[in-house]
Amino acid sequence: MNSAQDPDRGNRKLVVFGILGVTVLAMASMAIGKYSVPPSAILRVLFAGLTGGQPDVDPIQQTVIWNVRLPRVIAGLLIGAALAAAGATYQGLFRNPLVSPDILGVSAGASLGAVLAIFLKMPVPVIQLMSFFGGLLAVAAVYGVGAAVRGRDPVLTLVLAGVAIGAIVGAGISLVKILADPYDQLPAITYWLLGSLTAVTRADVGSILPAMVIGLLPLVALRWRMNVMTLGDEEAQTLGVDTRLMRLALIFGATLITAASVSIAGIVGWVGLVIPHVARLLVGPDFRRLLPAALLLGGGYMLVVDTLARSVALAEIPLGILTAVVGAPFFLWLLASGKRGWS
Amino acid sequence: MLELRDLAFGYGTRQVGGGVSLILRPGEVLALLGPNGAGKTTLFKTMLGLLAPLGGEVFLDTAPLETLDRKERARCIAYVPQAHAALFPFTVRDVVLMGRAAQVAPFSAPGRTDREVASAALERLGMAHLSDRPYTEISGGERQMTLIARALAQQPKVLVMDEPAASLDYGNQMRVLGHVRRLASEGMAVVLSTHNPDHVFMVADRVAMLHEGRLAGLGAPADVLTVERVKQLYNIEVVMGVLPGGSSKVCSPRLGPGD
Repeated sequence: MNSAQDPDRGNRKLVVFGILGVTVLAMASMAIGKYSVPPSAILRVLFAGLTGGQPDVDPIQQTVIWNVRLPRVIAGLLIGAALAAAGATYQGLFRNPLVSPDILGVSAGASLGAVLAIFLKMPVPVIQLMSFFGGLLAVAAVYGVGAAVRGRDPVLTLVLAGVAIGAIVGAGISLVKILADPYDQLPAITYWLLGSLTAVTRADVGSILPAMVIGLLPLVALRWRMNVMTLGDEEAQTLGVDTRLMRLALIFGATLITAASVSIAGIVGWVGLVIPHVARLLVGPDFRRLLPAALLLGGGYMLVVDTLARSVALAEIPLGILTAVVGAPFFLWLLASGKRGWS
Repeated sequence: MLELRDLAFGYGTRQVGGGVSLILRPGEVLALLGPNGAGKTTLFKTMLGLLAPLGGEVFLDTAPLETLDRKERARCIAYVPQAHAALFPFTVRDVVLMGRAAQVAPFSAPGRTDREVASAALERLGMAHLSDRPYTEISGGERQMTLIARALAQQPKVLVMDEPAASLDYGNQMRVLGHVRRLASEGMAVVLSTHNPDHVFMVADRVAMLHEGRLAGLGAPADVLTVERVKQLYNIEVVMGVLPGGSSKVCSPRLGPGD
């Protein structure tokens, strides 16, 4: 046995292969669609876009790639990666494999924000903004309750506070739905709640990028300590870990990237629950390997789903429907096959 | 090494016990014996700094525990929980490496030295061959040994073990206790809780008996762990003695017709 081997070394191969795979998927996703574009044209458009030149291709192809599909592909990658990373973090932090990124009410809060904004006939950027802050606010409320309750298992307190606050927020969403105009606003609300990347622009991608980077920082920086957190609060403390600070930093990061994702794509379920399981199955539970694996798998998976969403039917299928139809049976298969990354 | 001075302990405002004073010396195994609800776990949590004392003080060497931060405590005093089921299939080596958390800077991962310390800890307990096995797939006894190895990776002066022999089969109980004895002979101070008077006779240099949150006796097992004391703690009639060919005293219950 090579006991002094550095586990980070095996990591590099994984990351390189993952990035290659995701790049191929991204190219395919840009080529596929109602208006199909050959890969050579995609490369020319990308090259010209990056260097500021004028590509030697059909202007329609250029518009389709540069203004429509590229932002959508990047948004899909970011969102899939973020949801999977947040899910992996929460599953470890709450020591529960059934946890998804919405455990602390981030999706519910974001939904209420967005739904309210749609109800108040706000423009799209305001909908995104209200959704983003709605998500953060809900988690802040849950965390506040959790921190105020002393002398109980802090992890359990957080989960239960999340359930309760999620219920209150859910009541608010239902109320807005009842009050909303059934011909105009209600379909928009329903569509938002099912998730979609249809209307994503380059500006949207730019607007969530800072939150994504800031949110991912603590997850990357604390990737080894995250392992210790899976032992539970008291054990981690006896090993010398400041669990309160760790929990705060990790929840902050995971919440930020989830809220940013939800704010432009709506609710895309199942990615944050299923992808961490697949990643754990492939690379094991060590967060140093689990995090990059979840990021890459989540991004790649979201690309595939979004490409399907806009190409299998005449009308676009909401992402939430596809991720549930693909994710839930896969999850059941995982359960039945016993190929689980937990016990 | 570890000293409790007139310690009162409990959760929040609910006091579980008090008036506990004792000193743990290097190379000594101190057994904490007491029935369920006597306050053993609460006392342990207070010793480890997980609960603030409700009165009195805990000293590590000469420093009061509350003046040390969590990392400094973890380098001095290590906790061995009861072998538990883990959720995620970390390898045995990864679990032991977690014992290095207090030595690793917040934003980094264990380095070469840490991996070597972890390997040495596994080696010391004869567990090296299990290094790459998932913790979730090994036996209860092996898990307990893994957790002891993790505690050793902390390179502590004091080991606090919560019923290390509970939930293990007979053979593993004896093996774990054997290792405890050996660690103490190498200079480690060990305090462990147990329900079994036989285990006290087998490994402990001294025994502290906890009854309703108070010390009901402290001293060498042969002197203080008597038939009367067991009757007081557990309300059960026993006989004690060394079996022919045995190496330590054993305790055997005498069940009356009404029991």
